[in-house]
Amino acid sequence: MEATKKHFFSDMNVMLGRSMRHIFRSMDTIITVTIMPIGFMLLFVYVFGGAIQTGTDNYVNYLLPGILLIAIASGISYTSYRLFIDVQGGIFERFHSMPIARSTVLWGHVLSSLVSNALSVVVIIVAALMMGFRSSAGVLPWLAVASILMLFTLALSWVAVIAGLSAKSVDGAGAFAYPIVFLPFISSAFVPTESMPPIVRAFAENQPVTAIVEAIRALLSGQPVGNDIWIALAWCIGITIVAYIFAMRAYKKRV
Amino acid sequence: MQNNSIQVKGLQKSYNQLHVLNSVDFEVEQGSIFALLGSNGAGKTTIVKILTTLLKQDGGTATVNGFDITSKPDNVRQSISLTGQFAAVDEILTGEENLIMIAKLRHLKNPHQVTDNLIKRFGLTDAANRRVATYSGGMHRKLDLAMSLVGKPQLIFLDEPTTGLDPEARLEVWKIVKELADSGTTVFLTTQYLDEAEQLADQIAILHEGRIIASGTLAELKKLLPPTKVEYVEKQPTLEEIFLAIIGTKEAK
Repeated sequence: MEATKKHFFSDMNVMLGRSMRHIFRSMDTIITVTIMPIGFMLLFVYVFGGAIQTGTDNYVNYLLPGILLIAIASGISYTSYRLFIDVQGGIFERFHSMPIARSTVLWGHVLSSLVSNALSVVVIIVAALMMGFRSSAGVLPWLAVASILMLFTLALSWVAVIAGLSAKSVDGAGAFAYPIVFLPFISSAFVPTESMPPIVRAFAENQPVTAIVEAIRALLSGQPVGNDIWIALAWCIGITIVAYIFAMRAYKKRV
Repeated sequence: MQNNSIQVKGLQKSYNQLHVLNSVDFEVEQGSIFALLGSNGAGKTTIVKILTTLLKQDGGTATVNGFDITSKPDNVRQSISLTGQFAAVDEILTGEENLIMIAKLRHLKNPHQVTDNLIKRFGLTDAANRRVATYSGGMHRKLDLAMSLVGKPQLIFLDEPTTGLDPEARLEVWKIVKELADSGTTVFLTTQYLDEAEQLADQIAILHEGRIIASGTLAELKKLLPPTKVEYVEKQPTLEEIFLAIIGTKEAK
């Protein structure tokens, strides 16, 4: 055990380097991940936006946080896809028959998921800037936004690991992301929850996306964030812990 | 001194109700080529997975290079390498990057040097900077084998190394296996091709219905059959011999 623990960081480095090469050699996956959210943004701003009453004069500002969450939710389906391909091919077994810190096999995928989703987020923010997104936020609020988005990605990446390890087919490995992509639509991401019927509203106001969206929106517009940021953090950390436990369980089944 | 690379006693494994391995015993001598023969589904891969610490046995014991597989899995992994049934290579990386990755994961001091040597030895120089996805089946296998040799492990597991290869690539793999054994590496080989075992193996064991039903050298196994009788049969070239003669490969016997 001692020998392999000692190499944890160097092994991790190799695994991360490998995953990053995969991402940079398939830049089309990042473009694919960003096209749909940018499409939604165009649709909501230039088609539906005129009819939506949000109480703000700049709908792009209102919309952007939810769009970023949609992008991350669809981005992690590639994380589980890449893991699934590893498990199906022989490389997963080769790594496991080697004297390495075994957990780095999964951490490599999770870390590269953070990097690739960060890239998508930057691309979408640039697109939003071109559509009129403006923020008065300073460095600290932006750092807070980046941290929340990273925690959200981390939480979903471990969910993606569960799917990648336990899926029976390539389609299954990616399909788990669809309901997560859909969650922002039943939240305050596109329209204020006040306009929804009571049951839908109750769901929308108590699911993680609303708290995360509200926290990011407040940070970007320089408003006080209130409790939303703590609820958002609690959701992200809670999902990470639960998903990590189940991911480890799925992993032990595989090994 | 330890002169058995592998020692297996009473190995058992079942999947749900299915007893794959009932009680498997065998020994592999250091520096030899050991071939495990058996039909599809006989449990050859299960044995390989247990000995390479990918799978836990239900019963019995095994030591690999003197280390118990249950209590010292890290030492076992340090001293072996596995070439599984499906090429364990990264399709998106180049051949060179694959080798460097494995060298780094084996914590070698000079990963680039090791990689260059293996690329030359396996005749992959032209392909080294191409992505593996563009390689032929034979080149995949060669890279796969090269990756298993990184760090010079004492014992190499080859699980059906020539399944799906064309005759030419098959002969190349055979040549590599022989060279390995000549340099003192122990080779554990599973195969369903009898001629492969006949060509390569010092020791052969036949796995059938979860047990080793026969084992020994080829000569010893031949004694199990009725004595030889002399018959005259017209020697026709096999299609493989014709194929190899036509394409003019140098390795043809």
